[in-house]
Amino acid sequence: MARMTMREAISKALWEEMERDERVFIMGEEVGVWGGAYAVTKGFYDRFGEKRVRDTPIAEAAIVGGAIGAAMTGARPIAELMTINFAFVAMDHIVNEAAKLHYMFAGQFKLSLVIRAVSGGGRQLAATHSQTPDAIFAHFPGLKVVSPGTPADAKGLLKSAIRSDDPVLFIENATLYQTKGEVPEDEDYLEPLGKSKVQREGDDVTIVAYSKMVPAALEAAKRLADEGIEAEVVDLRSLRPLDMDPVIASFKRTNRAVIAEEGWRSYGVGSEVSARIYELAFDYVDAPVKRVAQAEVPLPYNARLEQLALPQTEDIYHAVKEVING
Amino acid sequence: MEKQDFLDLYREMVVIRRIEERAAELYQKGKIGGFLHLYIGQEAVCAGIGSVRQPQDRIITAYRDHGWAISTGIDPKVVMAELLGKVDGCSGGKGGSMHMADVEKNFWGGHAIVGAHIPIAAGLALGDVYQGNDDAVTICMFGDGATNIGFFHEGLNLSKVWNLPVLWVTENNQYGMGTAVDRASAVSEIRQKAEGYGMRNERIDGMDVMQVRADVERVLDSIRKEGGPYLLEIMTYRYRGHSMGDPERYREKEEVKKWEAEDPIGIFRKYLIDEGIATEQVLDEQDAEAEKIVAEAVDFAEASPEPGDDALFEHIYAEPAPVEYRGYALEKKSEGK
Repeated sequence: MARMTMREAISKALWEEMERDERVFIMGEEVGVWGGAYAVTKGFYDRFGEKRVRDTPIAEAAIVGGAIGAAMTGARPIAELMTINFAFVAMDHIVNEAAKLHYMFAGQFKLSLVIRAVSGGGRQLAATHSQTPDAIFAHFPGLKVVSPGTPADAKGLLKSAIRSDDPVLFIENATLYQTKGEVPEDEDYLEPLGKSKVQREGDDVTIVAYSKMVPAALEAAKRLADEGIEAEVVDLRSLRPLDMDPVIASFKRTNRAVIAEEGWRSYGVGSEVSARIYELAFDYVDAPVKRVAQAEVPLPYNARLEQLALPQTEDIYHAVKEVING
Repeated sequence: MEKQDFLDLYREMVVIRRIEERAAELYQKGKIGGFLHLYIGQEAVCAGIGSVRQPQDRIITAYRDHGWAISTGIDPKVVMAELLGKVDGCSGGKGGSMHMADVEKNFWGGHAIVGAHIPIAAGLALGDVYQGNDDAVTICMFGDGATNIGFFHEGLNLSKVWNLPVLWVTENNQYGMGTAVDRASAVSEIRQKAEGYGMRNERIDGMDVMQVRADVERVLDSIRKEGGPYLLEIMTYRYRGHSMGDPERYREKEEVKKWEAEDPIGIFRKYLIDEGIATEQVLDEQDAEAEKIVAEAVDFAEASPEPGDDALFEHIYAEPAPVEYRGYALEKKSEGK
């Protein structure tokens, strides 16, 4: 184990997989000479050269489309989108090509492809650069959508994504890059794709979260524990496939749940998870499931207004109190 | 080319023509669903390119792909089975008319979103360069209409910036659906668009298969020797509508007739006779053979089974993954078990 930031954990995963497998290469805007817009690929260009760390034009359809084509030939590209907000420019290639080609041609094409993208608000980038549209991408069968909440998971999940034969959208939250945690140093440390994980045990209430809401939920759980409420925090880690087993197991003990996501509430992750709780564990429901999410506005530039719109630890804390007190 | 090669090429063009004619009939009978885009009139392009590309050259095209499927070597039976959505189709009945492919034949589809396969084609060539397949060229076809969409420009630019071995082929059949080239494109010669990317380019005749062969062979050689992309604008014409639901209000019957007089099969037939390569009788025999191949293809496709329920859930992912929801009927069915 080594203590490191999520940025370092992601960088380490990329580096180790590049060292391990010649077929792996990176392409994206400013990934090479610049060292990555978020410095994740700093030093990669010097070590691996321009063949394997490819600076692209600012052209997302060419980045994702090109990576898809290269993956079809047996290479294992990692396409980096500077932010998930630019994924809309490559939407066709993500949802109409990457998610479909294996199925539509009866398994003839394999897409060992990772698309990395930074999601989330809170950095005063205003409405177009601050979105958390993760759920949109999780809507499409054929795509795997992964988003870690801890540095260890970031490393283990990204390594699994790179080794996977399926297209994986790997969503990173920029405001988590500086968070620190213990990360296994084993070069074959892998976390399975499509498996939720209990990040904290507790018997009184289930908090379901992913990505940035995981540390927020853990923080809320700490405060609740001071008041004698033990919250179980289940980290989804993967939005598709979505693993409900640990959520349902927990809910059957706690009978109460709060679901926290950074994105908008309507048609979101919380909507899906709460619907499944009602479908799979209706007899265990003691209180209506609560959803904590972003206010349904385009995010403003002003820092105070932006924070007002984003879900906070405080919101999760209060939502839990409500499902417990009724 | 040996005499037999000429005959094979001729027969292939006739098979493509007949497949399309039968497909139109089967569509009208309701046996083929969805969209159906016929290649009739453009046969010299796929037959010409298909006969000069090397086995390592990848072929990728848009949705008017039946001719390409046959020219890359997919059995007409398998093509017809795909059109009928049957299990023996090249995409197991899950792709249909617009999504044919056979990786073994180096045919990478059949893509239905206009222009979206253009960056993917650049990626195929990137894959070859990356893995050291130095001799391979990716040959990517698209219609004139696709050159007005952003994908085209992103793909061409990337191919030139990275010097990728791609032969870009605009099959200029003069209409993007029902809109004539000069009503949709800022330049009426599509090849001019390559100029903006500093890319070698040329406009050639696409009705004479021998000419297509000669030009494409020369250009492929040049890509192999000098590297980098090249754009060919191949002038052709589709005799039928854009798809089966086309009212054809955008062109006069006389225009179609004029082009039918330049029929690629007729031109090639005349060439073979004039050059003393084949007699009328020999070519008639090839016509009869083509009819037989197509009739057998239809019989095969009709007899091929429908995909089973389980096929619905196959190939969503390459690796094992749970199916999130099987649909109401199948969920009920499995609950009953």
